[in-house]
Amino acid sequence: MTPAEKRIEITLDSVLQSVELAEDLVLRVAGAAGFDEENCHRIGMSVREGVINAVNYGNQQSPDKKVRMSVALLDDKMEIIVSDEGKGFRLEDVPDPLAEENLLKSSGRGLFLIRAFMDEFDLRRSRHGGAELVLTKRYADAPSGRP
Amino acid sequence: MAFKATPREASGITIVDVSGRITLGEGSAMMREMIRDLLGKGQKKIVLNLADVNYIDSSGIGELVSGFTTVRNQGGELKLLSLTKKVHDLLQITKLFTVFEVYNDEPSVLSSFR
Repeated sequence: MTPAEKRIEITLDSVLQSVELAEDLVLRVAGAAGFDEENCHRIGMSVREGVINAVNYGNQQSPDKKVRMSVALLDDKMEIIVSDEGKGFRLEDVPDPLAEENLLKSSGRGLFLIRAFMDEFDLRRSRHGGAELVLTKRYADAPSGRP
Repeated sequence: MAFKATPREASGITIVDVSGRITLGEGSAMMREMIRDLLGKGQKKIVLNLADVNYIDSSGIGELVSGFTTVRNQGGELKLLSLTKKVHDLLQITKLFTVFEVYNDEPSVLSSFR
């Protein structure tokens, strides 16, 4: 960690209340980092979708499994990492929600929204074996700049 | 703001004034029950007035789509009225503008059923 880096790490139970907790925390950090209302909304919703994914699909709401989230203010961007203890997945296996045959499906848009709302998105294997989503938003998007 | 949905009648059409968040664990399930309720009462021309909906997540979007197909499968129509910018943008990026009929004012949506 560089001296300028600020990072918060939390461990969440695999319950739906964790989604609100995670979103609230990230919104506070994003607001403090100077992101405007629109970008705070985008960051908050992306984290919401990421944690829903981890709680529901990764950990399948198992009381024995945790969701870990790290929020960092790096030199040029805000970075959020959400990881679960599930089986992991591959992006190529996720159906495209914009495809004609998927448009009327009632689920499957979470990752798509994250990719639409964040500047960078990466999926990797977490050290606990599950999926790890890495979301970043550059400060250049914030009119007031870096705090 | 918590989810709230208040149905009212206008020219034989049910307009539901929705406010608050339509999200997983909050408004999504209530939205589903409300649409099921209306269909159970034989009300198949439904307008969701989303003017006061400030937040929808992917689960809420899924619930709108699910409501749309449920109503359509029963021979009815579900249309959307007065989207906020956030909801408008979400429907646009998810291509659901091509699915839903969306109106900006009540007289227009009411006359679209005739």
